[in-house]
Amino acid sequence: MTYIPKPRIRFPKRETNALGLTRLDYEGSMSTLCAGCGHDSVTAAIVDTFFQLEIPPHRVAKLSGIGCSAKTPTYFLGTAHGFNGVHGRMPALATGAQAANAGLTYIGVSGDGDSLSIGLGHLCHAIRRNVDMLYVLENNGVYGLTKGQFSASADVGSKSKKGEANRQTPIDPVFLALTLGATFVARSFSGDKAQLVPILKAAIRHRGFALVDIISPCVTFNDHEASTKSYRYTRQQNRPVVEADFVPLRAAISVDYAEGEVRDVAMHDGSRVRFRKVPDAFDPTRRDVVYRYLRERQDVGEVPTGLLFIEPGAGDMHDVLGTVEEPLTDLPFDTLCPGEAELDRLMEEFR
Amino acid sequence: MDSAGERVNDFALKIATVNGTGSASANGLLMQAIFRMGIPVSGKNLFPSNIQGLPTWYEIRVNGSGWTARAERPDLMVALNPATQMRDVADVVPGGWVLADSSWPLQREARREDVTLLGIPFARLCNERFEGARARTLLRNIAYLGALSVLLDVEPDVIEGLITETYGRKKQLLDANFEALQLGRDEARDRFDCPLPIRLLRQASNDDAVLIDGNTAAALGCIYAGATVVGWYPITPSTSLVDAFRAFVERYRKDPETGRMRAAVVQAEDELAAAGMVIGAGWMGARAFTATSGPGISLMGEFIGLAYYAEIPAVFFDIQRTGPSTGMPTRTQQGDLLAVVYASHGDTKHIALFPADPAECFEFAVAAFDLAERYQTPVFVVSDLDIGMNDWVVPRLRWDDGYRPDRGKVLSGEELEAGAKVARYLDVDGDHVPYRTLPGVHPRGAYFTRGSGHDSHARYTEDAEAYLEVVDRIADKVMSSTASSPAPEVVRSPGATVGLVTIGGCRSAVLEARERLAAAGVATDVLRVRAFPFHNTVREFVEAHERVFVVEQNRDAQLRFLLAGETGVPLERMEPLRFYGGQPLSPGPVVTAVLDALGLAAAPAPPPLQAAGE
Repeated sequence: MTYIPKPRIRFPKRETNALGLTRLDYEGSMSTLCAGCGHDSVTAAIVDTFFQLEIPPHRVAKLSGIGCSAKTPTYFLGTAHGFNGVHGRMPALATGAQAANAGLTYIGVSGDGDSLSIGLGHLCHAIRRNVDMLYVLENNGVYGLTKGQFSASADVGSKSKKGEANRQTPIDPVFLALTLGATFVARSFSGDKAQLVPILKAAIRHRGFALVDIISPCVTFNDHEASTKSYRYTRQQNRPVVEADFVPLRAAISVDYAEGEVRDVAMHDGSRVRFRKVPDAFDPTRRDVVYRYLRERQDVGEVPTGLLFIEPGAGDMHDVLGTVEEPLTDLPFDTLCPGEAELDRLMEEFR
Repeated sequence: MDSAGERVNDFALKIATVNGTGSASANGLLMQAIFRMGIPVSGKNLFPSNIQGLPTWYEIRVNGSGWTARAERPDLMVALNPATQMRDVADVVPGGWVLADSSWPLQREARREDVTLLGIPFARLCNERFEGARARTLLRNIAYLGALSVLLDVEPDVIEGLITETYGRKKQLLDANFEALQLGRDEARDRFDCPLPIRLLRQASNDDAVLIDGNTAAALGCIYAGATVVGWYPITPSTSLVDAFRAFVERYRKDPETGRMRAAVVQAEDELAAAGMVIGAGWMGARAFTATSGPGISLMGEFIGLAYYAEIPAVFFDIQRTGPSTGMPTRTQQGDLLAVVYASHGDTKHIALFPADPAECFEFAVAAFDLAERYQTPVFVVSDLDIGMNDWVVPRLRWDDGYRPDRGKVLSGEELEAGAKVARYLDVDGDHVPYRTLPGVHPRGAYFTRGSGHDSHARYTEDAEAYLEVVDRIADKVMSSTASSPAPEVVRSPGATVGLVTIGGCRSAVLEARERLAAAGVATDVLRVRAFPFHNTVREFVEAHERVFVVEQNRDAQLRFLLAGETGVPLERMEPLRFYGGQPLSPGPVVTAVLDALGLAAAPAPPPLQAAGE
C-alpha cells in the first residue's frame, strides 16, 4: 500500500455544517481497498455522520487493529489523530486512551477477524467496561488481507471462494454483545447508508460502548454464490426490522407522528433516538425481548438489521472507576503530586 | 562477640510456620520492633504460592554495622511447623538455639546435640487460655512473639506500642493480644535464662530511615511523578505495587468535592490489554504505567514493540520472580534481564532501570516517567520479589517541590497555531528525538500512529531508505538515553585489581562480600549497573580490572552476556557468578566463589557460639 493524498478541490457551493466545514473536511486519504469493497461505503457513512453531527474532526480519536478494516481510519477525518495498533487489540488502546482523555470522541474500526478471533477477549471486556466509544465492526466473514480464510463470523455451510464449506459455528457479535451487557447494539449493512447514518449518530452520542455490526461484503474473497456475506445474499435476507432516527439536542420536536406510532428514548446528552417502526412485541430497551426476537428471525435465515438495543442510563467506564469529570490529561501537575511536606509526614508511617 | 560470649545486634533468626495462620503479622511486628530500637535489620519472607497450609519462613537478620543482606544460616530457629521441623533444626548454626512448641515432643530425627532446645507449649497454653480455633491460632503467633521479645531483649515499650497500634481499634482484640504477649513473655522468663547471648541493644542507626517495601515505594514514586492511568493484570509479585498505588490514589487523588479520583486504575483482561491501555494513555499524553512479572512481559511483547516503533512513552514495572514459565512465583530471581531489554520481535532495545532497594524504586519510578517522555519510548523498572515484597530499611524518601515533569518534545496548541511544522518522526534538532503532537489539541497536529513501516512524516512506507531513516534514528535515540539515565554505582578500594560487577538487589550482599574479601586480603572494586543501555563507565571498569566477576541471580549469566554484547568486552574477560535458586543473595557464597576462583582458601567458618562463650 502506498500513501495517496487526495487532491483537495474546493467547490464554492459545497454544503457546510455549523462549524463552517464541508464534507471534504471530514474525509481522509484515498482508499486503497478493492473497488466495490463494503468498507468504503462504511467510510462514506462515517464521513456523513461526523459532518452532520458537527463534531470538529481534530476532537476525534480514531483507532483500528490490523486487517482491511484497520486501514479505513486513514480514509476519514484526515485532521484527527489515528492509531493503527496491533491485531485484535484496538479495544485495549482505546480503553487506555479514553481513560486518559475522556474529552474526545472515540471511534474504533475493526473487522470480524480482528474482533471475533484474535481480539475476542478484548472486545468482550471493552463491552463489560462500557468504554465510551463507537465500535464499528466491518463484518465480511473472511480474512481478506491474507486472501480468503474463513473468519469466526462465517456461517455454517457458507462456502469459501474455492468451494470449501465452513463447518464451525459462527460467533455472532450482536448476540455476544447482548449477552455481555452491551448498552448499545446495532446491525446494519454497508449498502444501506440511509439506515446506517442515523445508527452511527446515535452510537456516537450514546454514553458508553456502542457496537455497530455492519455486514460489509468482501468483493474479492467472499462475494460469490453460496457465501452468506455476499452483497446478493445480504440484500435478499436483510430485514430492517427497526427504523430509528437520531434527533439531536437542538432539533425542534416533530409532530409528524401520531401518538403510539413513535417512541423516543432519551440519550445521556439530551438528544433522542426516535423509533419509528418496530415489530409487534419488540422493545429495543429490553435485552431479553431483543435477544429472543433476533434468535427467532436468524433461525429462519433472515438478517435483522437496525438499532436493536439501547440502554442509555448505564454508567460508563469512568463512572464505574469513579474518575473525575475533567480529562485526566488536563489535570495540572500540582493536583497530582502531594508534595514535599506530605512525603515527610507520610514517612512517619513507615517507622 | 564480646567477652561475655554475647553477640549483640549481630545475629539471624528464622521463623518456620504454616502459611495462612497469620504468622506474617507477628513476624513483621518483631522486625518493626527491632527497627524502632534503631538497629539495622532486614526481613525476608519466604512464602509459598498458596493461600493456606504450606510451609512458610520468615528470616530476620540483625546487624549493627548495617549489613542486612540475607544471612546464610540462622542462629535461632523458631520451629513451629512439624512438616519442616527436621530440615529447619538442621539449618541452625552449631551452638545456636531452637524455639519449638513443646505441646508435642520434638521429632526424634530433628534432635541435635549441638543446639539448645527451648520448648514452650504454645498451642496447649493458648488452647487453655483462649476460645475459638482461629483466635487460638492467631494468638499463638503473638505468644511466640512475646517469648522472642524477652529472649532477644526487645524493649517492652516498643513491642507494647506496636501491639497497641496494630490491634488497638477494638479493646477486646487488644486485650487478648496483650494477654498472649504476656503469656509468651512469662513462659520464656520462667523457663530460660533471658536474654540469650544473641540479643538486641538500642542504637541510633535508624533516625533517618524508614521501613518500606519496594512495591509501595515504587507506587509512591508513580503518585509523585503524576501518573494518572494504570492498566494492569494481577500477578505475583507485582500486584502489591498496584494495590499500593490504589491506596495512595484514595488518599491523595480524591477530589474533595465530588469524591472522584484523579487517576484511572483499570484491571485488564490480561497483560496484553494492560500494555495496550498504557500505550493508549501514553499516546493521549497521560503518564501511564503497568506492573507485572516475567510471564506478563512475555505476553506484552507485541505491544512493547509497537510502543518502541511508534515512539510512545510507557512505563513498565517488572517485578521479577523465578522462571522460566510459571516457575516459582513466590521466589526471587533476576531472570528477565534479556527478555526486558530486547522485548518484542524485530530489532528492539529498551531503556531499563535496575533499582537495588525500595529507595531506588521510588527514585527510579519518577525517573522512568521522565525518561519515557523525553525519549518517547517504553521504559522498564526492573525490580524483583525480594525488593518488591520485603520490607527494607532505607533512607527516608525525600521529594523536592522544585521537580517538574519532563514532558519531552511536545508541540503545544499555540505552537501548532503559529505554524509549527509536524513531521512526527523527523530528527529536526539532531538529538534523535522528534517532536510529537497529542490528539485533540489542534487540527494541524494530526498524524497517523502505526506499527507498520512509516517514514519520517508518519506516512506508511515500504521503501528501504525511508524505513531505515526512522529505525536508525530510534536506535541512536535509545542509546543516547545514557545522558539522562542513572549512572552506575562504583565503590573503589585502593590498588584493587579484582572487579565485581553486579545489578539490582545483589547490591547489599556484594558490598558485604567486598568487606569480607578485604578482610581476607583481597581488595575489590564494585560496580553496580543501574541503567540499560550501559554507560561508558561500565566498559571502562571491566577493562581496568585484571579479574572481573559478574554477580547476578540467573542461570545463564544474562548480565554478563549483555555486557559482552553491548560493550564489546570479550565474554571471557568476565567470570560469571550466578545464584539462582530463588532466595535473596547472601554474601558468603559470593566470597567463597571469588576466593575459589582466585585460588585462595576460604576463611574458616566462625567458631560455634556457645563454645566461644563458655
